[in-house]
Amino acid sequence: MLRYALSRLISLGASLLVASGVVFFALEIVPGDPASYMLGMNASPETVAALRAELGLDTGALARYLGWVGGMLTGDFGISYTYRVPVAEMIVDRMQVSLPLAFYALFLSTAIAFPVGIWAASRRGSLADSGVMGVTQLGVAVPNFWFAMLLVLVFAINLRWFSAGGFPGWDKGFWGGMKALTLPAVALALPQASILARVMRSALLDTLGEDFIRTARAKGLTRGQALRRHALRNALIPVLTIIGLQFSFLLAGAIIIENVFFLPGLGRLVFQAISQRDLIVVESVLMLLVFAVVAVTFAVDLAYAAVDPRLRRRG
Amino acid sequence: MRDEMKVSLKRRPLTGWPVRAVAVAVGLVVSAGGAGAQQTDITIGMQLEPPNLDPTGGAAQAIDEVTYANVFEGLTRFGPDGSVLPALAESWVIAPDGLSWEFKLREGVTFHDGTPFTAEDVAFSIERAMADDSTNAQKQLFEGINSVNVLDDYAVEIGLDAPKGSLLFNLAWGDAVMVSPASAESNASNPVGTGPFKFSEWVQGDHVELVRNPDYWGEAPKLESVEFRFISDPTAAFAAMMAGDVDAFPVFPAPENLAQFEADPRFSVIVGSTEGETILAINNGREPFSDIRVREAIAHAIDRQEIIDGAMFGYGTPIGTHFAPHNPAYLDLTGMSEHDPEKAKTLLAEAGYPDGFSTTLMLPPPTYARRGGEIVAAQLREVGIDAEIINIEWAQWLEQVFKNRDYDLTIVSHTEPMDIGIYARKDYYFNHDDPVMRTLMAGLDETADETERTKILQAAEEQVSKNYVNGFLFQLAKTGVADARIRGLWENAPTAANDMSAVYWEE
Repeated sequence: MLRYALSRLISLGASLLVASGVVFFALEIVPGDPASYMLGMNASPETVAALRAELGLDTGALARYLGWVGGMLTGDFGISYTYRVPVAEMIVDRMQVSLPLAFYALFLSTAIAFPVGIWAASRRGSLADSGVMGVTQLGVAVPNFWFAMLLVLVFAINLRWFSAGGFPGWDKGFWGGMKALTLPAVALALPQASILARVMRSALLDTLGEDFIRTARAKGLTRGQALRRHALRNALIPVLTIIGLQFSFLLAGAIIIENVFFLPGLGRLVFQAISQRDLIVVESVLMLLVFAVVAVTFAVDLAYAAVDPRLRRRG
Repeated sequence: MRDEMKVSLKRRPLTGWPVRAVAVAVGLVVSAGGAGAQQTDITIGMQLEPPNLDPTGGAAQAIDEVTYANVFEGLTRFGPDGSVLPALAESWVIAPDGLSWEFKLREGVTFHDGTPFTAEDVAFSIERAMADDSTNAQKQLFEGINSVNVLDDYAVEIGLDAPKGSLLFNLAWGDAVMVSPASAESNASNPVGTGPFKFSEWVQGDHVELVRNPDYWGEAPKLESVEFRFISDPTAAFAAMMAGDVDAFPVFPAPENLAQFEADPRFSVIVGSTEGETILAINNGREPFSDIRVREAIAHAIDRQEIIDGAMFGYGTPIGTHFAPHNPAYLDLTGMSEHDPEKAKTLLAEAGYPDGFSTTLMLPPPTYARRGGEIVAAQLREVGIDAEIINIEWAQWLEQVFKNRDYDLTIVSHTEPMDIGIYARKDYYFNHDDPVMRTLMAGLDETADETERTKILQAAEEQVSKNYVNGFLFQLAKTGVADARIRGLWENAPTAANDMSAVYWEE
């Protein structure tokens, strides 16, 4: 188990290092200069040069890369070019929206998908099963931003149960924050839940065809009992993989939903930073997302081992 | 109880108007019919978030849209109609030779941190903006100033190399506001000015909140607090207005929705003018545009009204030169470049391009450019000019078009007020060298006499128009949406600002 974890950890580190190089040097070659962007059309070249020096942009790319990576290792992400505040601070602020939103959506998605998937699998071929398959097919096909706009139209503009977007901040109360995240979380969760429910159903059906289920049925368990006691645990591996992928997607991919609901999350931060050429913010957030994806994959790998003892021994 | 009411009002963005109505009703009962029921907070929507809150440290209009006339004030200021009014300077006297101006400062003014505003602060602010390592985006405003002398606590003298007729105008810009040495360095995140509103909080990515400054020297604002909310997506902006999350959107990003707001009695649509001359900029230094006949042909190929109707849903005023139509010195020169495709073709043939030519048209992100660009390209194609559209981001536009001047055609709105002087700069991105304009502009700065200035400005307008330096399209309109009960918002945008000092809710 330890060797298994260690080998996964090493590949995690290598992925991060490669990613940092790609992220940094890819952004270097994108045209556009943060200082000219900030100073606009009337600034003289001397003013731009003064600002570039102030921002530390007048040194070479390699030196800045090493400084950036070195800083990150010690937890220093640098200072944002446009906002002039530490990038780490900004990321922490934005995470307070993005992370709860991702967890909220993931919670909704699994809370819907598990029972629905199990229910459909246990009634294979029935009208209920086809119904679930049809609805989830629709859920997968509908783009989440369109669904989000629909939610705003119904619940914010017509019913006025929720505001159309924005985030009051956790310091104004927990329930206020949760309320602001509800529509975005639902918009994010439904397509994910549809995918997950389908995966859950087909994984269960696969397992239900296995010999050990026939044995379980033969010793007298009902179909439902066999499903709950034996099939479910074995069907979890593909489901966990999807959940892992979905969490990374929810964290990094909420950018459009954050724009629809004007939430001050990580996605919107990156979006804004790219257009303002606040490269250090873009780079740091991208690295954080890479880290999140890699770490989630790592966690999922460990979870496999927990679910399937065979993986522990193979190492 | 009054305090409780305030809290519930503040949370209104979460709860919508039914709760607000209840809160107001409760307030009415509690204050027994007093004036306390009037709503004293407001939420203003803005499309772009300011990168910082220091108007002397960045060109972004969003900075001024939050802070100008609210948090910061200058010696002079722009009024809602664009006139230059006294602000922190009560009065001024020009020396007979025009080389020095003595400003008398308002007494009893304090910064929000309690430090008094004196002549020392004026000297500090101007010298800071002019310094070699200054990062003021409009440093040229201070050109020609050679000294700032403190005469006493409330009198200051500005010395000039040459007479400068534009001094009062220049000092009214957001980039020339007065700052205190005690807080200048931290204004970016915690702005401290002398204005009617104090900075309260900035939740980055979401909103900035200002609260009433109880020690303001002038007339106290009617609002107790102002929240600026940043909503970049046009659809989200529409939803936020409709759901009542935002009370007003002074520069509404989706002109296509304005008709819907107009039809709804809950809202009023506010249409005004801006300082934005929207132009089809031409790289005069590049073949074939170095030939004036080609530029004139482009000017005649353009149908302005079609662009205004098609791209801006009818909002915008045609212009024939680089000057704002609402300015008293404006000359209507649209006749110089009437829509005449036949004439355009003839001119192209004369210039040696009977079959037209191929070129590129770079379009930055704003709607006027992207939508207007499609129409301009179609109009150019009618006279044989095949313009390939290239969509680019602002950062790339600034680098490639503006700085490196590596472009053929582009569409952009020049939003700085009174900026016809750019046609006298041969290092400007138009690549246009005009000695006549240089003489005119030098003459303009030497005179403070209004009639004389108007005469020079009109000569400049004609000069720019008859040289067909660029295709002049239209003056950008300011189209805003507000709750119908709000009064006192600026209709026009003589400068980027959301002056909230006179805004109130009508009962």
